[in-house]
Amino acid sequence: MRFEYAQDSEARSLVALRDSYGLFIGGSFAGGSSVFKTISPASEEVLAEVTHGTTEDVDRAVAAARQAYERVWSTMPGAERGRYLFRIARLLKERAPELSVLETLDSGKPIRQTRDVDLPLAAAHFFYHAGWADKLGYAGFGATPRPLGVAGQVIGWSSPLLMLAWKIAPALACGNTVVLKPAETTPLSALAFAEICQQADLPPGVVNVVTGDGTTGQLVAAHPGLDKVAFTGSAEVGKEIARACALSGKRLTLELGGTAANIVCADANIEAAVEGIITGVFASQGHVCGAGSRLLVQEPILDDLIAALKRRMTTLRLGDPLDSDTDVGAVNSRAQLDKIAELAASGEAEGATRWSAPFALPDRGFWFPPTVFTDVSDTYRIGTEELAGPVLTVAAFHTPEQAVERANSTRYGLSAGIWTQQGPLLGWLASRLRAGVVWANTFNRFDPAAPFGGYRESGFGREGGRHGLEAYLDMPGTGTPDV
Amino acid sequence: MSISAEAGRIAVRLTYRLYIGGAFTRSESGRTFEVRGADGGFLASAALASGKDARAAVVAARAAFPGWSGATAYHRGQVLYRVAEVLEGRRAQFADAVRRATGVSFGSASAEVDAAAGRWVWYTGWSDKITQVRGGANPVAGPFVNVSLPEPAGVVAVLAPQNSAMLGLVSVIAPAIVSGNTVVVVASERAPLLAVALADVLAAAEVPPGVVNVLTGEVAEVAPWLAAHQDVNAIDLAGAPGALADDLAVTAAGNLKRVVRMHDADWTAEPGPERMFATLETKTVWHPLAT
Repeated sequence: MRFEYAQDSEARSLVALRDSYGLFIGGSFAGGSSVFKTISPASEEVLAEVTHGTTEDVDRAVAAARQAYERVWSTMPGAERGRYLFRIARLLKERAPELSVLETLDSGKPIRQTRDVDLPLAAAHFFYHAGWADKLGYAGFGATPRPLGVAGQVIGWSSPLLMLAWKIAPALACGNTVVLKPAETTPLSALAFAEICQQADLPPGVVNVVTGDGTTGQLVAAHPGLDKVAFTGSAEVGKEIARACALSGKRLTLELGGTAANIVCADANIEAAVEGIITGVFASQGHVCGAGSRLLVQEPILDDLIAALKRRMTTLRLGDPLDSDTDVGAVNSRAQLDKIAELAASGEAEGATRWSAPFALPDRGFWFPPTVFTDVSDTYRIGTEELAGPVLTVAAFHTPEQAVERANSTRYGLSAGIWTQQGPLLGWLASRLRAGVVWANTFNRFDPAAPFGGYRESGFGREGGRHGLEAYLDMPGTGTPDV
Repeated sequence: MSISAEAGRIAVRLTYRLYIGGAFTRSESGRTFEVRGADGGFLASAALASGKDARAAVVAARAAFPGWSGATAYHRGQVLYRVAEVLEGRRAQFADAVRRATGVSFGSASAEVDAAAGRWVWYTGWSDKITQVRGGANPVAGPFVNVSLPEPAGVVAVLAPQNSAMLGLVSVIAPAIVSGNTVVVVASERAPLLAVALADVLAAAEVPPGVVNVLTGEVAEVAPWLAAHQDVNAIDLAGAPGALADDLAVTAAGNLKRVVRMHDADWTAEPGPERMFATLETKTVWHPLAT
């Protein structure tokens, strides 16, 4: 007897897409001189035309943000700024069904992730920061912390609306105005957010959204009219921005991903660990912040764990991201698929053993099956470069010291996972791992109150919590360092 | 009164070396440079550190990092307080060295040394306060215990201020090491002997080898090696002139070092905790709550 899943799709009709979208500058939408198409990575269907922001567009957006900063937002009492942020939080929640479908259409992420995680968190992020807006003097950054000014924010495609919330909510709460550049492949949720700003009667120019590709992002990050740059994306681009900001004196935060180690000790609850591994790197096809791409398993349970993991991987559902039963959606873009495929091929070429879950991949769209590499040496590219896809490397360790050494032998340091029932060992591992977030007996948890951000080349600055406010505050008279 | 200038006595002069991994060594290059006092007179030769010396110092600092950062805050506080105790016993020596390096009166020099000792004690007291001031519990919306804790960034390259040879020197070393970082210090070019004398104090106080490494020489020669070094996690540019500081900040972006550039440094004012905070990371730890 064979059971089949019944199709359980969220209604596409929840979303009313326009044919084309302008840029959101100074409180209203306006078309630009050139456009590009944004597609659904699951079907390659064109969703809408989006405006490609040019030098003039970015100039206008920065000028609008500056005007709003000087005339309205920086002088408004914190309590009033908070009111707007509370409104935005509520509007996000009210429109969550529509926005999660929109996000899934444009990004390829499974609806379960966007509907049950990304959207609730994005709304919660605004709600959390709304409450800070009139309490900044108690946040530990001096009695009268001031905003920085205008922030240019360039975000990635892995969790578009959630990253937008991470960037915009603290910036606005602290009294800054923003120019946001969403990722080329996922502009639609940011444009929907711009509508929400209108519905909330947010003063014009406080939030500006300029869509475009990497060149538009460069224009935003390098704009001389900014006081602050916040960037989520690749380490290479992040370093370019860091070089530019070193000379301009702009404040900077970077969130650049990593190659997180997920350490499973011999005494771990294997079932829970397997679910954590699945959540960490295969669910949402590895398109998550801090994906646990390097699995380190203590030798006695290595074979059992790999077997259990492969069994579980074959029960994942890959396919239509709008289907509530889908675990693994579409890879965000053809470029990202090519990158994953190239790195996976290099893993085989360098001598690692590849196993992919046996899935029939859809004919159209960008797909990569959940894949495990064993026999991976520390020097293989597959284990050292950020991949942002449903690919896991597995290596064994004998002692906790070895686990820490392997886990830390990376240029990055965004996140790490630990699976053990032994409290003292857990504490020791957590204290020795060089990563900004340590998930112990859990993985991939996020919360507006919990600071997130990396050590070393995973970037600097934190997003979320009291700590995240520092990235958007000036502390006059305290000799604020340029970090 | 000058200790080395007592009438009729031929003083035994100290040979000034680098301080790397707890050992006083010559530059691997064999080079030295003349150090002159404020009056232009010859004071001593100091080792002219090379890029290789800088790399050796980074290796020593990295080797010391697990032990120093893994020590309890209480222990670090005890060790650093011992430094102040030893320094107190050498007030006259340091005051004389400051006087000769800068040309100020013995009284002013003594005041600077006392201020430096006070600054060291001030930072020492921070060792077991940082975690509570910078860390805390996060009220997340789920059944988890969630805490954020400050941790040291790692190996910090410190370019000591050029204009405040004693007070400035301790004001940049102490905030980095009190939280568990280990440092490679490039001494003031004009007054490097004080840094070597301080290294002697650190050794006498049994600060573990490699926690503080001292290089003397030309900032423009040594600092670029440190700014480019892939195993240095942060750099304090206090002692780099503007144009060089810009270059170093750009170089430091190569591995995203934390760059500390404080403005308007008045070394005599109480510093505030910002410099100390600038070489900290924040680690957030999640653990589920369950029965």
